[in-house]
Amino acid sequence: MSKVSITINGRAVQVDSGTTILEAAKAAGIDIPTFCHDPELTKAGACRICVVEVAGARNLPASCTTPVAEGMVIETESQRVINSRKTVLKLIWANHPQDCLVCEKTGSCRLQDYSYRYDITGSTYKGERKEIEFDDTNPFFFRDLNKCILCGKCIRKCHEVNGAGAIDFTFRGFDTKVTTAFDVPIEESSCVFCGMCVDICPVGALTPKQGLRQGRSFEVDRVLTTCAYCGCGCTFYLKVSNDKIIGVSPNFEGSLDGHMCVKGRFGWDYIDNDNRLKTPMIKKDGEFVEATWDEALTLVANKFKEVGAQYGADALAGLSSARATNEENYLFQKLFRSLGTNNVDHCARL
Amino acid sequence: MSQKRILLCAGTGCISSGALKARDALIEELNKRNMANDFLIVGSGCHGFCEQGPIFIVYPEETFYCGVQPEDAAELVEEHLVNGRIVDRLLFKDPISGVRVRNHREIGFYAKQMRKVLGNCGVIDPENIDEYISAKGYEGLKKALLMEKTAIIEEVKSSGLRGRGGAGFSTGMKWDFTYKAKGEKKYIVCNADEGDPGAFMDRSVLEGDPHAVIEGMLIAAYAINADEGYVYVRAEYPLAISRLRIAIKQALEYGFLGENILGSGFSFDLKIKEGAGAFVCGEETALLASIEGERGMPRPRPPFPANSGLWGKPTCLNNVETLANVPLILREGAQAYAAIGTERSKGTKVFALTGKINNTGLAEVPMGMTMREIIFDIGGGVKDNREFKAVQIGGPSGGCLPAEQLDLPVDYDSLAVAGAIMGSGGLVVMDEKTCMVDLARFFLTFTQNESCGKCIPCREGTKRMLEILERITEGKGEEDDLDTLQDLAIAIKDSSLCGLGQTAPNPVLSTLRYFMDEYKEHILEGKCRAGSCTNLITYYVFADNCIGCGVCKKVCPVDAISGERKVLHEIDTALCIKCGACIEKCKFDAIKTR
Amino acid sequence: MAGLATAFGSGAMTNTIGELEDAKMLFVIGSNTTENHPVIGYRVKMAVKKGAKLIVADPRYIELCDYANIFLQLKPGSNIALLNAMAHVIIKEGLEDKEFINSRTEGFKELKEAVEKYTPEYASKITGLPAEDIVRAARIYGEADAASILYTMGVTQHTTGTKNVMAIANLALLTGNMGKSGAGVNPLRGQNNVQGACDMGALPNVFTGYQRVADDEVRCKFAAAWGTELSAKPGLTVTEMFSGAENKDIRAMYVMGENPFISDPDTAHVAHCMNALDFLVVQDLFMTETAKFADVVLPAVSFAEKEGTFVNTERRIQKVNQALSPRGEARPDWKIIQGIAQKAGFDWNYTCAEDIFQEIVSLTPSYAGVSYDRLGKTGIHWPCPTEIHPGTPVLHMGKFTRGLGRFTAVEHADPAEMPDEEYPFMLTTGRILYHYHTGTMTRRSRGLSEIHKEELMELNPADAAALGLKECDLVNVISRRGSVKTKLKVTNRVPEGVVFMTFHFAETAVNLLTNSQVCPTAKIPELKVCAVRLEKA
Repeated sequence: MSKVSITINGRAVQVDSGTTILEAAKAAGIDIPTFCHDPELTKAGACRICVVEVAGARNLPASCTTPVAEGMVIETESQRVINSRKTVLKLIWANHPQDCLVCEKTGSCRLQDYSYRYDITGSTYKGERKEIEFDDTNPFFFRDLNKCILCGKCIRKCHEVNGAGAIDFTFRGFDTKVTTAFDVPIEESSCVFCGMCVDICPVGALTPKQGLRQGRSFEVDRVLTTCAYCGCGCTFYLKVSNDKIIGVSPNFEGSLDGHMCVKGRFGWDYIDNDNRLKTPMIKKDGEFVEATWDEALTLVANKFKEVGAQYGADALAGLSSARATNEENYLFQKLFRSLGTNNVDHCARL
Repeated sequence: MSQKRILLCAGTGCISSGALKARDALIEELNKRNMANDFLIVGSGCHGFCEQGPIFIVYPEETFYCGVQPEDAAELVEEHLVNGRIVDRLLFKDPISGVRVRNHREIGFYAKQMRKVLGNCGVIDPENIDEYISAKGYEGLKKALLMEKTAIIEEVKSSGLRGRGGAGFSTGMKWDFTYKAKGEKKYIVCNADEGDPGAFMDRSVLEGDPHAVIEGMLIAAYAINADEGYVYVRAEYPLAISRLRIAIKQALEYGFLGENILGSGFSFDLKIKEGAGAFVCGEETALLASIEGERGMPRPRPPFPANSGLWGKPTCLNNVETLANVPLILREGAQAYAAIGTERSKGTKVFALTGKINNTGLAEVPMGMTMREIIFDIGGGVKDNREFKAVQIGGPSGGCLPAEQLDLPVDYDSLAVAGAIMGSGGLVVMDEKTCMVDLARFFLTFTQNESCGKCIPCREGTKRMLEILERITEGKGEEDDLDTLQDLAIAIKDSSLCGLGQTAPNPVLSTLRYFMDEYKEHILEGKCRAGSCTNLITYYVFADNCIGCGVCKKVCPVDAISGERKVLHEIDTALCIKCGACIEKCKFDAIKTR
Repeated sequence: MAGLATAFGSGAMTNTIGELEDAKMLFVIGSNTTENHPVIGYRVKMAVKKGAKLIVADPRYIELCDYANIFLQLKPGSNIALLNAMAHVIIKEGLEDKEFINSRTEGFKELKEAVEKYTPEYASKITGLPAEDIVRAARIYGEADAASILYTMGVTQHTTGTKNVMAIANLALLTGNMGKSGAGVNPLRGQNNVQGACDMGALPNVFTGYQRVADDEVRCKFAAAWGTELSAKPGLTVTEMFSGAENKDIRAMYVMGENPFISDPDTAHVAHCMNALDFLVVQDLFMTETAKFADVVLPAVSFAEKEGTFVNTERRIQKVNQALSPRGEARPDWKIIQGIAQKAGFDWNYTCAEDIFQEIVSLTPSYAGVSYDRLGKTGIHWPCPTEIHPGTPVLHMGKFTRGLGRFTAVEHADPAEMPDEEYPFMLTTGRILYHYHTGTMTRRSRGLSEIHKEELMELNPADAAALGLKECDLVNVISRRGSVKTKLKVTNRVPEGVVFMTFHFAETAVNLLTNSQVCPTAKIPELKVCAVRLEKA
């Protein structure tokens, strides 16, 4: 691929032709704010927070959509750029609830981050604000469209990655909002609740119901792990607070680009279901009775040895698990084989 | 014995003023007299002089009748068609001299025009391809099919033709980009999503001369190697769509469209896509999204449609009027074409004259004509002899030019310098009764309503600008509002995604530039000099003129006017809603505002 | 797996999920990908949006049909007729990759002879598909530069399951669609660690990495490493274990993290077998339907409470990390197994999962180069034989695991139980998006159980009309083995004569109805076809 030479903030750099100004800046270690950009999705150029000044250009192009050209001289933080970004932020603030104190997104909200960066304390623009009813009808997430900044990432994720196409922009001008066809409740739409929209929302418009008020991004530990449902093997972070899972967030650096489905994204709360087995149980006279580990393990080992001694090891059988880890499956077959039988299988066939 | 030809304008304007009813009455009258076979009554496209519709022209003498109503049919037949006597009262009356004019060529409205693109409009029957052919139709195509593609593009380039849809980009260059773009499949798209308030140039061309647009598309398609095309036309133009359909069908039958056109090996399939009336769909990338079945929202450029357009394929988009120019260029040659106009703006431009102007209608003039000539010589000046105040050119994206700019030559570059744009050719004339702040508010209302909602500056910014303008017109403006307006306008221009947003502040910027006084008056003095911002005015009865006739009292919807008969009336300003009904009804100019 | 192992020498997915997005042609057969493997379903749809051609073969109108160039709505159990006919067309029209066949395969002649009679017209009679659709599908697959086949249980859960897979392998070999990017034969594994469980030798005939127990050298290696004697006799499969229990050959059974009472066919038979056991241990998170039969129930922990590795469907070994402390006295499975082993007198002293993994690596050539440290955020595809090997996203490049790819001639055979007058409907079973397997986890998740509460058996509107049934009616579904009462969903997703149920709901346990007839090679039961009748409840 051919290279082009450009100047960003006074630094001469060489980048591949065809890369955008945003990518070139990133490679040069320069951060340009973005709301609507996502490397996986079609370039929208919608939020205009990423505009930069290009010498000779009439207006301020969006860095996320503008490819570099030979000799381009770019300023990413010129006064004109800063003014424009401030205007964009103030325009958002003029139409955004100011409830950061209690917002779940606090700490991981780009609107907050950029407001801090550009010293925005509120909006100078007075006027109408959106008043859209808070939506809590579906089991998985809240939709507060008053917080929505209409970056459109949720829409593109839904159309371009999931394919469900459940939401899109509706209405025009100031009344524009993201919703389902004919504005039906989301659970009646083609939504399959993968939650990818929730994870990509740069502000607090989409909030998972799970983990509400149990910890914001800076208050949780994140543990990378692998999903325990189907064979796709999605990896994600478990968000942990006080020895409880309060949420899941995608591993965007993983091999599946952070894609998720409803089970992996929202279906982990069985872990603390009240009916979890918490002690070993031994059946006595047809009833289960709680037992100590020592009792239970001894009983099992003794029974296996007895049966082996009496009927031969091949009277033992073990069903291992396609849900358990490699290490556990390994030990399971090792146990049975060590007991003298190859009667070990699992439910791969089901 | 050959039939005499009677042409009636069957454009949307004349039809809505009753042209078809008048035609039917005429036919009935002829039938009554057993004369029907002696006359051929032809519906033509728009003559442009919509103000005077319905328009009939009797050939061969070319007598130009206007405002013909069904009840005029008997007289018209008896006097003109039987006795050969002109019906004077139906002739056009010059608004200034008061003289009746027989031939339209003698009417000021037409005399200064140069009807090239509109040449066939009002002359041929747009539903009959033979008439187009006999007016040298499809000759440009035939010529093009014998040329090298690059030569065609070169020809269009050297004609100097620039896009008539707004930005005025070189058409030849656009073709060249698409021609050079990599890809097997290419498209040509005709942008007929005419959306500026008051503009109807494209509609008239489609209604009056649809084959010219088709021929233009064919030439473009052949030149850039496209085999498929779309006309994206708004669904609110049913007549244009129906004429276009007829034209496409006829062109297919005659072998101008379809497979192996005129034996050249070139094939072209043309489809119509009806738009749902979103202004933003006139923006080319939004238009393409709409054809693809997506919500009409602009996409970032680059990639430009020439490289990645409809369904990701190289696509050339041209506006209706642009394409209608193309057959002309091919037929008459680039040189002849380039002889018209100015140094950098070639050919003619069609304008839709509306607002407070006497001759509402369509006029085609050579580029470079002054605004004054267009408004006063062709347009017949300001209505009711009021004073000219400003002209808005270029629609909601354009600018507002004051009287000082009347001698500005109308071409792309001069307009840009003056803070306006050519746009698609809408010209709205304002008189002293128009408040310039309110005008800016009107256009901002339009752009805010039509903003697609995608980018923040346009969606949120125009809303805040609009709110400021609303406050000013309501008398609640503050001094910093003007700075805020200016700053917002610049930020929106600087950073919006598409042309709609980038030009949305223009009406504000140009009125701020030329009519700052009016803004300041609103804010500082609470005064609207045009008397149109209702919050800033009160109605009163001008005692000298009131004779106490009571008409105003009767018409007042809120009973705010009181007074005995033949006694001076009074208006209760607390009740008055400033609807203006009383002013309109008062014959004595006794109700005034302050 | 047996089918692919025969053809290629390895039973795993040959290519990766990531490749699908840039594939030029995808053939999805017997896989409702968007519901069972949603994240892979996204890739398929993304590929189509990028211009890939898609053929879907399924008895039901699944979501992917909306994206398909051709939808082959074949009768349940007629895969071989379709696949053989496609091979027939490909050969007839000269679309086969002669160079690939010559250099990298064996058995072509036999295949050619076998598919000779499978003309599109002949296959049309068996599959119910229009002959021209079969021809079109064959051409699209045969003409593609690289074509990938995706399949799941719709192919394997038949009495002809192994042959079905072989017929798929035949197509891929015929067209040279092996050992290159964007191609391959890709069985999508239904559970998070089926691949790993197989890799780890939780199978009756192999140790880790598919090293055969019957192989003396292998057995000696393991015996030495484990310090114990090992049996050379391959063990029993799941289905054989249950029948073994029935006739008292099996006396004690240990079930870890499985719920066979709900998941296995012919529930009544399973219950009978489990009751016949002298001793049953069940280890799970919950008191499952199976656990209720147990003599001892051992509380295990969820994936979030332990460390280890899973192998996903594309052979990618990935880390599982502990986020929570174990609930109550529950323990990770490995600790429980070690506990039993210690009580049984084995000297096992693993202190953590990594200890075990290191032992696995030392005994398993295909894992030899893997370590926890190397897994990082993206994991590694096995085989990864050395510490510097990057892993193997695409199998069989240049050479098949078994050397040459082998064609196997296979013949169509009807499912074991076909509809008749008494049981006129074909029942086919599977999963839906919102639930997983026997529902042990998903039905205990609030959101999932709220969004999809209960079984909704799919029935074609024409059949519903004929039976006087409507949406949400309750019906008794009756087979030769049992009866289940369920709610109805009237939909065109299923063709006439076919009904569909899931096995997620214990209260409408579909496996009361299913047939336990198995594929003789892989021992996979024919869960995809049995005969039922419907009665309004």
